[in-house]
Amino acid sequence: MEFFFQQLTNGLAVGGIYALIALGYTMVYGVLKLINFAHGDLFMIGAYLGLTLLTALGLADRLGPFGVIAALAAMVLVLVAILGVLLERVAYRPLRQAHRLSAVVSALGASIFFQNIVMIVYGAKFLVYPHDLLPRTVVHLFGMPVPLIRILILVASVVMMVALYTFIQRTKIGTAIRAAAIDQGAARLMGINVDRVIALVFVIGPALGGAAGLMVGVYYGQINFTMGWIYGLKAFTAAILGGIGNIPGAMVGGLLLGLIEAFAAAYLSIAWKDAFAFCVLILILIVRPTGLLGERVAEKV
Amino acid sequence: MKNKRWIVYLVFTALLMASPAMLNRYWTDVLNVVGLYVMLALSLNIILGHCGMFHMGHAAFYAVGAYTTAILNTTCNLPVLWLMPVSGLLAGLFALVIARPIIHLRGDYLLIVTIGFVEIVRIALINNVFGITGGANGIFGIDRPTVFGMKIRTPAQFFYLIWFFVAVTIFLFHKLEHSRFGRALNYIREDDVAAAGSGIDTAHYKLIAFVIGAVWAGFCGTLFAAKMTIIAPESFNFWESVLLFMIVLLGGRGSIPGVILGTFLVIGLPELFRQFATARMLVFGAVMIGMMIFRPEGILPPQPRAYRLDGSAEPEEAA
Amino acid sequence: MTLLHLEHLTKRFGGLMAVNNVSFDVPAGSIVGLIGPNGAGKTTVFNLITGNYRADNGQIVFDGRPIGSLPTHRIVALGVARTFQTIRLFQKLTALENVLAGCHCRMKSGSIAAMFQPPWQRAEEARALDKALAELRFVKLENQAMNLAENLSYGNQRLLEVARALATEPRLIILDEPAGGMNDQETARLIDTIRQIQARGVTVLLIEHDMSLVMKACEKIVVLENGAKIAEGGPREIQANPRVIEAYLGTEEE
Repeated sequence: MEFFFQQLTNGLAVGGIYALIALGYTMVYGVLKLINFAHGDLFMIGAYLGLTLLTALGLADRLGPFGVIAALAAMVLVLVAILGVLLERVAYRPLRQAHRLSAVVSALGASIFFQNIVMIVYGAKFLVYPHDLLPRTVVHLFGMPVPLIRILILVASVVMMVALYTFIQRTKIGTAIRAAAIDQGAARLMGINVDRVIALVFVIGPALGGAAGLMVGVYYGQINFTMGWIYGLKAFTAAILGGIGNIPGAMVGGLLLGLIEAFAAAYLSIAWKDAFAFCVLILILIVRPTGLLGERVAEKV
Repeated sequence: MKNKRWIVYLVFTALLMASPAMLNRYWTDVLNVVGLYVMLALSLNIILGHCGMFHMGHAAFYAVGAYTTAILNTTCNLPVLWLMPVSGLLAGLFALVIARPIIHLRGDYLLIVTIGFVEIVRIALINNVFGITGGANGIFGIDRPTVFGMKIRTPAQFFYLIWFFVAVTIFLFHKLEHSRFGRALNYIREDDVAAAGSGIDTAHYKLIAFVIGAVWAGFCGTLFAAKMTIIAPESFNFWESVLLFMIVLLGGRGSIPGVILGTFLVIGLPELFRQFATARMLVFGAVMIGMMIFRPEGILPPQPRAYRLDGSAEPEEAA
Repeated sequence: MTLLHLEHLTKRFGGLMAVNNVSFDVPAGSIVGLIGPNGAGKTTVFNLITGNYRADNGQIVFDGRPIGSLPTHRIVALGVARTFQTIRLFQKLTALENVLAGCHCRMKSGSIAAMFQPPWQRAEEARALDKALAELRFVKLENQAMNLAENLSYGNQRLLEVARALATEPRLIILDEPAGGMNDQETARLIDTIRQIQARGVTVLLIEHDMSLVMKACEKIVVLENGAKIAEGGPREIQANPRVIEAYLGTEEE
């Protein structure tokens, strides 16, 4: 029972991270119908920036554990968001009118570029987050021990997701984003500045991805320049699982995938851990490409 | 204009054929690697270039071919080159099984799924699936190939073996391009609804394109295993697929000369600038973005097929 | 004799009844027009006939054979060819190769034959090329054979689509707004071409907004409104039908 509970909490924490990254995929896909392959790498850069800022500024001594995390998160969010906007300007905007798959290739190129620049700057080795960043508190939930950090990660990701959802549903800008996702042309005719909406999407998505990168650094303690791909693919799987373009879908898909992976790794085979997510991806695309919460759309002939 | 092209091709071929005599073992081996990639990229070109399917899991078929050869050679002692058809066949069968359910997926989804497949294959190889792949260390002790009783060992000997197969591939694929089959793939790439509306069984042709590409990747696997005598899962990782993908896009989708040029640029050129080896992928990433913006059709895009319009109607040989 | 028979055809998109219980016949050898205001479901009927969509209900019988569940390429092979309302040529290929696409379904050679090119394969290619050139001549585009489809004028692109459809050797050709974007002169030429198609023994079913073309060319007209059939008959009958005038012609001639 305790083993099960450990997998459950671990799955939810990792799932929360997947969900945060998945939001970036799903929002960009919603507005541009583009799989932003470089999104996973923005997440990875978030993890590296977090580590750099942490060691360079020596924040840990001055602010105390939670202050450090908050300050880091704020800086990483902003920096990765800037990178996201730059990415859109350089690699995607010139291709807005081009064939859809041209943008996909450009996204792949951007992904390769980001990965390799990080490798050149930081080296190919794993880098390690200071392990005493957060106190290793263990709390008891329903009589079972759970590391505090898991709860923090889950809570933080859920808070961000709910905030995003409220923003999208309740504000005027959120409505503009939704409108642009449904029909860019019509949105433009209604006086919505679609370019600005797209830029905003490239602020929000990468910012959340950067936050997720920081979380992974703090949670697992080590980061690598290739981790963007693997997390990116899994988060994309989560987005597809929930129904791509659908914001609540990304959250549900992320948590679900985290759980599937944690339980499959624990009860089936740890060596095949990564393969489970890809199997889920392939199965969902074959059986129900619109995902769990997605709507079926007829292809126009 | 056309004659000039032929002169270029002839001079290039002559230079290439004479090159082992002029180059040392290292550079001959570089050309061998280029040759293998030319063959692999030409096989991907059928799927990605001609049929327009965004397939990024080609390394999976290559792996099936290489492992088939390695396993059958080390366990049953079958001669390596005889295993080439077997490897091609198995890779083709594998493609048939995995491609069937995913063939209808839209471009970007197909891309993601094929990435998933190549990763699953790699994980399976590392985990020593069925107990025959040797796990993360792979398989070693694969025999050298024998041609007419002569054992192939030096880079120069391998050069002629590999480029012989490249030549056969170019010849056959050139014919394939200039046929009903090649045209059908292009129609599907351009507009698959219109292709179906013109009477083309799009699902069937997509599947066959996949299978042909996979069979050839399987052949390449045999050559690779024979050349290396040791193979491991890391030779077939996702980045191999990315390189192949890049070669085809950079050189020119659906163009044999383009793909050959692309291979020399992507695989050969970095050897000349070894001091910048780490920056290689960085440059490729930036080039991919730039290409899509400024020259999406590639460096040497295919020329329209030529036909004799005077009624005697035999497709002209125009590469 | 009836070549194409539609019975109780129904197609829903979500809550929208795109096609609602539509039945009509296309007699062999005739030219039939399908008209109706925008959004009446005309193109959806075409897409159902050619297997691009599946009907929720009803039957499509071509030459005594139900085709409602066949894939598009099989339907083409049986003798139903079409053009598209939004031109769907292979833009980056030559006009000739666009027409060769139509020849595809009457050829046999596959990938192995392509690699080794035995004599029968070469002969088949030669025949296909001859036929494609003949179809280009039929729509008077023979001097455009080696031009890319995207470089043709709008009207010529429509004609090229017709040539591609004819190259499949159809018994029924379905034209979706063939005169769309054409000037008066081109339209007049098109009417000639449609009559010549009929003279070749090919039955024609067309959607068109150009009423003069429909009234001149069609022997039978079917009128749709909001997915349902509201009238059917000869040009005179249709022009006199009060229901049609109210629904369609009335607003058209304001």
